[in-house]
Amino acid sequence: MMDFSEIVTLIVRSVETGSIYALVGLAMGIIYKASEVPNFAQGEMATFSTFIAFMVLTVHGAPFYVAFVVSLLFAYILGIAFEFLCVRRAKNPTILSMIILTIGLQMVLYGLSGWVFGTEQRAFRLPFSQFETVEIGGVVISHLGLATIIASFVLMCLIYWFLEHTKTGLAMRASQQNSMAARINGISSNRVVNLSFGISSIVGAIAAMLFAPIITLSPDLMWDPLLKGFAAAVLGGFASLPGIVFGGYILALIENLFGLWFSLEYKSVVAMGIIVLVLYIKPSGLFSKHYQRKV
Amino acid sequence: MTLLNVQNIETYYDRVYALRGVSMEIQEGGITAILGNNGAGKTTILNSIVALIDDQPEKGLIEFDGKTITNMSTEKIIRMGIGYVPEGRQVFNELTVLENIKTGAYTRKGRSEIEADIDKMFEYFPVLKERTKQQAGTLSGGEQQMLAIARALMSRPRLLMLDEPSLGLSPLLVKEVFEIIRQIHQDGTTILLVEQNAKKALEIADFGYILENGRFVASGTAGELKANDDVKEFYLGVKSESSVKGYQRYRRKRRWR
Repeated sequence: MMDFSEIVTLIVRSVETGSIYALVGLAMGIIYKASEVPNFAQGEMATFSTFIAFMVLTVHGAPFYVAFVVSLLFAYILGIAFEFLCVRRAKNPTILSMIILTIGLQMVLYGLSGWVFGTEQRAFRLPFSQFETVEIGGVVISHLGLATIIASFVLMCLIYWFLEHTKTGLAMRASQQNSMAARINGISSNRVVNLSFGISSIVGAIAAMLFAPIITLSPDLMWDPLLKGFAAAVLGGFASLPGIVFGGYILALIENLFGLWFSLEYKSVVAMGIIVLVLYIKPSGLFSKHYQRKV
Repeated sequence: MTLLNVQNIETYYDRVYALRGVSMEIQEGGITAILGNNGAGKTTILNSIVALIDDQPEKGLIEFDGKTITNMSTEKIIRMGIGYVPEGRQVFNELTVLENIKTGAYTRKGRSEIEADIDKMFEYFPVLKERTKQQAGTLSGGEQQMLAIARALMSRPRLLMLDEPSLGLSPLLVKEVFEIIRQIHQDGTTILLVEQNAKKALEIADFGYILENGRFVASGTAGELKANDDVKEFYLGVKSESSVKGYQRYRRKRRWR
């Protein structure tokens, strides 16, 4: 059996990786809620933005916060440009055709980032080291892990505040629920979807930048987290943003337990298994409240 | 003064010819009613005015306040001062009552004025005040109707268009809703009312149109329409010809002249 400090360490580790999953899931969820399309290009958009940060850091030798801001700005522009240039142009879109559109963009961006930045693996460094540790109440945690947890928590609070307490956030939620009713109240549904793509791209980019130091930066960076984030979103329920966050944490916990008890090698299979299992038992996810979908 | 001027609009749903040349003028400060059966095209008129149907109306001209709005987007038209209470209420189910009302003020600026208007809405609809924190989807039909009206009023429209406000409400609630409509009108909003409940509608309207198969077949002041034999027969359910045994011997033909 595990003793108490082992359990706490396990939970902290899970929160650490779960934060990344949660952010990626959130990024997908924000777009899904606005347009009912899971955006599979999310990972590549985030990778591309991280590459931008990397370029600013290494080629131009700028300090980290500059690179961070530039990359987020780029992520936002990439998001709204994708929506404006591709998604909005789709004629008589069905959900399936939109999904294929995002997969198409994913491939384009994947190829492009390999072509522009090279496919070799690079070390992406944040000012927080993953080898230096602090000890809080008997739990050892790396600086990077702590930064990940704090940054994602702050970001989640910001998103919550934005959606619940600002006029634009209210308009977004309204448009998500009933876009016709939103339009007759003067809310432009195009603008809402556009903004959602921008915000979600930023969230994805932050997740990618927090994740990049753990493995190395290459065009493959977000393959794994995207799958996990998607699984987290399915687990928690795509329709509920808090659900997605919990889904991320729970997924990470299950993965770690699986790694501890069964096999470390097949840890990644868990996410796939969970997607299948959830779709089999409760397709709407654990936390999504069920209301009548918009007609 | 003419607030809304609709000239000869024709609207298609794919190949379905829904509006076959509809013209009307709505004077500022009145209550205008459009009456008609199911499928006559009543809702289509309203949806055409606020441009909710893609690429429609096919033909015709719509002017609001002297400006052409035919090719404008819904959001812009709403901003010009039209409030729309759609058929079937269409409140935001998962938002609270207060949030629903606030969405109505999306086009406006000025926090204190909006706060004042929210209080005004609670004066019109005291029921809503008790339920500000409740999700709109859990309200009863009548409360949702009131919420939809309050939401539309929050943009301070000059013209309020109501699509079947009596739909699915008990007679007592219908009376209450119409009383509120009359009140809103008295406070200075022009009203365009689309109804199946002809009796109720003609009670409060001062001008009316009868719509059949996408065309206006009759129009006139409420008094004129109430006196019209065809309206009486087909919309108000007043029987003029009956046999000794109390049933009608032949079916009256609609002539509309």
